[in-house]
Amino acid sequence: MILEKDPKPWNQNYKGHGLSKGKEREQRASIRFKTTLVNTLMDVLRHRPGWVEVKECQEASGPRVADTPVVQREPKGSRQPGFVEGDWDFYWCDVSWLRENFDHTYMDEHVRISHFRNHYELTRKNYMVKNLKRFRKQLEREAGKLEAAKCDFFPKTFEMPCEYHLFVEEFRKNPGITWIMKPVARSQGKGIFLFRRLKDIMDWRKGTAGKKLTSSEAQPARSAVNPPGGHDARSSEDQKDEIPVENYVAQRYIENPYLIGGRKFDLRVYVLVMSYIPLRAWLYRDGFARFSNTRFTLSSIDDQYVHLTNVAVQKTSPDYHPKKGCKWMIQRFRQYLASKHGPEAVETLFSDMDNIFIRSLQSVQKVIISDKHCFELYGYDILIDQDLKPWLLEVNASPSLTASSQEDYELKTCLLEDTLHVVDMEARLTGREKRVGGFDLMWNDGPVSREEGAPDLSGMGNFVTNTHLGCVNDRKKQLRQLFRSLQSQKKASS
Amino acid sequence: MLQEESDLSLVIAQIVQKLKGSNLYAQLERQAWASLQRPEIKLESLKEDIKEFFKISGWEKKLQNAVYSELSVFPLPSHPAAPPEHLKEPLVYMRKAQGSWEKRILKSLNSMCTELSIPLARKRPVGEQKELLNKWNEMGTDEPDLSLFRPVYAPKDFLEVLINLRNPNYENGDSLSFRTHLGLIQVPLKVKDIPELKEFFVELGLTTGQLGIDDSTQVPPELFENEHVRIGQKVLAEQDSAAAQQYIRQGSPTALRAELWALILNISSQPEDILYYEQLKTNVIQHDLLVDSLIYKDVKLTASNDDYYFVFEDYLYQVLLCFSRDTSVLGHFAYNSASPPKSYIRGKLGLEEYAVFYPPNGVIPFHGFSMYVAPLCFLYHEPSKLYQIFREMYVRFFFRLHSISSHPSGIVSLCLLFETLLQTYLPQLFYHLREIGAQPLRISFKWMVRAFSGYLATDQLLLLWDRILGYNSLEILADCPKSIVP
Repeated sequence: MILEKDPKPWNQNYKGHGLSKGKEREQRASIRFKTTLVNTLMDVLRHRPGWVEVKECQEASGPRVADTPVVQREPKGSRQPGFVEGDWDFYWCDVSWLRENFDHTYMDEHVRISHFRNHYELTRKNYMVKNLKRFRKQLEREAGKLEAAKCDFFPKTFEMPCEYHLFVEEFRKNPGITWIMKPVARSQGKGIFLFRRLKDIMDWRKGTAGKKLTSSEAQPARSAVNPPGGHDARSSEDQKDEIPVENYVAQRYIENPYLIGGRKFDLRVYVLVMSYIPLRAWLYRDGFARFSNTRFTLSSIDDQYVHLTNVAVQKTSPDYHPKKGCKWMIQRFRQYLASKHGPEAVETLFSDMDNIFIRSLQSVQKVIISDKHCFELYGYDILIDQDLKPWLLEVNASPSLTASSQEDYELKTCLLEDTLHVVDMEARLTGREKRVGGFDLMWNDGPVSREEGAPDLSGMGNFVTNTHLGCVNDRKKQLRQLFRSLQSQKKASS
Repeated sequence: MLQEESDLSLVIAQIVQKLKGSNLYAQLERQAWASLQRPEIKLESLKEDIKEFFKISGWEKKLQNAVYSELSVFPLPSHPAAPPEHLKEPLVYMRKAQGSWEKRILKSLNSMCTELSIPLARKRPVGEQKELLNKWNEMGTDEPDLSLFRPVYAPKDFLEVLINLRNPNYENGDSLSFRTHLGLIQVPLKVKDIPELKEFFVELGLTTGQLGIDDSTQVPPELFENEHVRIGQKVLAEQDSAAAQQYIRQGSPTALRAELWALILNISSQPEDILYYEQLKTNVIQHDLLVDSLIYKDVKLTASNDDYYFVFEDYLYQVLLCFSRDTSVLGHFAYNSASPPKSYIRGKLGLEEYAVFYPPNGVIPFHGFSMYVAPLCFLYHEPSKLYQIFREMYVRFFFRLHSISSHPSGIVSLCLLFETLLQTYLPQLFYHLREIGAQPLRISFKWMVRAFSGYLATDQLLLLWDRILGYNSLEILADCPKSIVP
């Protein structure tokens, strides 16, 4: 009987025991995991009963972890020539490893890895826009304008420099509005700037016309955060000289964001995709709202700190107090909205967000290589405007798993634990579950209904999706009940 | 019988007196005059017709709410010959203790003043006024140097004073008996015991539905929640204060809470109220008070660092700075054992003609004061309404949490109630904590002084404050820690 253990508080150290438990288990004697990430993920993996950490041997990259238990290497059959043998069952890898090694790594049937090969179709801003536009056209052809309009959750975006002329056309149609320029491949708010005049980007464009994206990513160490008041075409040119040219997108800036306490915020929501064909996606109940540290005003587009709510950028703002963390759990946010606008408006908003998740995944469904070994935990960034309409800012394939506070630590460790439950290396689930811990099955090759036993039909008037974002997350209790009933089912059938 | 009747007529007379000066009276008068135009008003039956008109048009309800509001705040009927101090606080030793505590606070404030050589008040130069006006909605961005300021006092200082409170007429005797009170508070005040509490809080019994418990996900909403929400909407439609107060004892639905609280506290945003708030704002802009720096410091230390309330930092300044200028708050000192501190114009110390109350509202903030306002920011977003609600909450409830009095909702009684309940019903725990030197009151005191703001999650806190409003008493605060401490 495997008991669920709670992760220890973050200031304690707990050594993984690596004991194999399972004579009664059909599958592996122990599950060998590998990861280069530390903090929350490492804590969760080490605590998982029956999971053993693999020492870094073959690859030169990655630090040696001194107190890792020695790996148990099971003798394999004849090795395939030219292939690197994977000596792990589970790898939470980073995207650079994936890019370099996925194509020549042999994986047994049971092996799981935490990314899809070409996830960037969803997470790179320019690809995502392309895929979404294409999907929208297809929907319009097949189901009409109304249906296609449901894809209008993405602010008007143009790839630069190739769509520069289209962008200028749109720009001239709407004089005076603000636009935001984002590099396609960087994260944590780097390289982003706002502008209102074509002049601000004309010089930038002259230098980049005709240059294509290089295969290597921009060095993550370089920070493009300028001191306040320093955003002009000249500073972006300086950056250009030092790093390889990359693609940007110009996007319409949402000028009427919903404000709480006069501050702008965005929402971070977690979606777990187990497969694309068929599309199976789970939505986590917890998430958070990240607040900007300063009050919102359009007159200060030079002040990067106001407009970019990524915690990474906030950390450099002079007002930042590390104790605060500037975050609200999404339950708090949901309650606040309900007391201000009433429960119906909140229901509408959250089901509009469900729509964003599903349609964005559908738009890349045919493009992403759906390998059964792959799963992915996405971090969706959503912005709400004053009319309570949600907008998709971006999708992250590697959402930050570093904890900024005790509350944050608990959220992330529970999120990761539940992810591992759904991935189910221990082969405990039946596959018919609609909820595992804090995850609710949102899409299972079709919409999933909240009602028990009801047929999963769409288009019905009283259909309620099985999502509970911002609702009570009594995951411990649910997991206890779930595993108890699975245990008794197993006993009954054996 | 006669005594009751004369008490009642006394109360009625006092309420009428109070309401005559209010805005409502002027409105009613205006409405009565305007109604003369209406066809159904006949000269022969003028009085009845106007009364009927008031009933139908909802004005009678407003009057009813106003009377109910006065009754809720009105002190207990006392002997007509009782001097005003008795209205504030009937027990002499309590009055004396409050007086000496106030002296200490003032001394602390004055010494900080002389140390830092900052005047208690000064007029702002025009440039500074303009700047402040521009920054009014984002005062949180201001980072004045507050390192030299200290809060005037913290709850733990206040607790020490309460521990040393003694009734000189009460002889405890040295012998220990099972009646001996083992807690820190050693004054013989009457507090409710469990049977009395059960009766008082009858709607919180196990057989009655409660929001916060009976609306959880496992319970189907048809059992309690749906009906409760429906009744809430009906109460709001009727605009009946007394009904709302009764209703909210079982908790308020999230969407209805803001309106229900406003109804119970009899707050409606009239243009006069908004104007009054704007006037206070002008006062803040024109004059700078030393107390302002204390408020700034408190907000920065407490609410800004709170995981939930940091977002509302700017609202807190907008409310608290205006609050300290509001002289209408002085009215509550009639039934508050505390008295507003007086300040004398330079060189005229002791001469009453040159005395002013300082701060203008007579309330000196202490460490954690801003947390009274923070939870309200969840419900009210319009500054003048938020202000009114907070002011009313303060003059009805919160003032009792930091003044020494014998009132059953006063902090002394709450502490005693808490300790008594714990000693009676969880004696082993109580004794054990005492043995290890952790008197339970030392742990729970700060929770009670802040009415749990900052110590409970907001949704729980708002449910708790629902009950404070519903029962018009703070005793629920003493009951709460009993379940948390173990």
